[in-house]
Amino acid sequence: MARREIPEVNAGSMADIAFLLLIFFLVTTTIETDVGLDRKLPPMEEVDSEVTIKERNLLQVLINKDNALMVNEEIIPLEDLRQRAIDFLDNGGGTNDKGETCDYCQGARDETSSVHPHKAIISLVNDRETKYKTYIAVQNELVAAYNFLRNREAQRLYKTNFTTMQDDYNDPKTSDAQKDVLKNRIENIQKMYPQYLSEAEPRKN
Amino acid sequence: MAKFKKKKSGELPAVSTASLPDIVFMLLFFFMTVTEMKNDELMVDNVLPTADQVQTLDKTDKNVVYIYVGKPHPRYQSKYGSLPRIQLNDKLESVSAVAPFILSERADMRQEVQATMTTALKVDNETNMGLVSDIKQELRKVNALKVNYSTKQGDAMNNLD
Repeated sequence: MARREIPEVNAGSMADIAFLLLIFFLVTTTIETDVGLDRKLPPMEEVDSEVTIKERNLLQVLINKDNALMVNEEIIPLEDLRQRAIDFLDNGGGTNDKGETCDYCQGARDETSSVHPHKAIISLVNDRETKYKTYIAVQNELVAAYNFLRNREAQRLYKTNFTTMQDDYNDPKTSDAQKDVLKNRIENIQKMYPQYLSEAEPRKN
Repeated sequence: MAKFKKKKSGELPAVSTASLPDIVFMLLFFFMTVTEMKNDELMVDNVLPTADQVQTLDKTDKNVVYIYVGKPHPRYQSKYGSLPRIQLNDKLESVSAVAPFILSERADMRQEVQATMTTALKVDNETNMGLVSDIKQELRKVNALKVNYSTKQGDAMNNLD
């Protein structure tokens, strides 16, 4: 029996099939990056010893169930919160635990406001009926206040923004050597303006 | 002196399309590799609030757990009611299910990334903070302290109405 030649498969429709698949993946693709506010919750362990905080070192931010904002017993619009927080953190009216004055603060050095960024604490209390979007807006403004001060110091010391340093640090393209430098700098700035943002336990009433 | 042959006049040669499948395949593979299929089908309304001091969530280590919160989709309202609920994977659950869920998700992760596990809270902007606080308490119980409040990029003042 004569050997039969195997007929060649027609590949003309290959492009069509590939196009079909291509269009399917084009349509289903979502190249999205999730963004959000990074926060750290306090650990659960109860601290036995009561820590006394002087009133001047505490910025009380209260959001009620009607989404109104009260800072230190005073009702203010959300637009003013950022500046209030910056003024409070940057006041530098005294010394920290080691007795150092805040030589990088540019605040008013008011007698009634915080003594040092290391001692300044922002306390955020919200009601159970507060809307989530208001809470996020307030969080955003408080983070913005910290970022503003940290950016200012980063500009002064390293001629770059704190937030860009953070982005570069998280970028997988950054080399390890650069990361070490960045990590040092970021920690330095964080030490100057540490984020003491206390969120009270939800009120039980 | 060499004579130049006169070119055949007219008639453009047809462009070969033999390499077309190769090009298309190349594109196809690109999109196949970058495609991320949505693994959770949303059963709750999920309009995120806006914020501008945001950081991007690092998903390369696969150490992110998603928790969706919001009103059940109209399709499910006959079964689950219209009050905001928590969606874990493909189920609507109550607050007490959050802690076991986090523990089981953490156990499925690679050892070295377990410590840096992040919980992404995708909460609808109309939700009351009470439910969110309850979730946060649950997260603290299982020591899942890194959270990321997922937002859209935008002016935070848009949240006020």
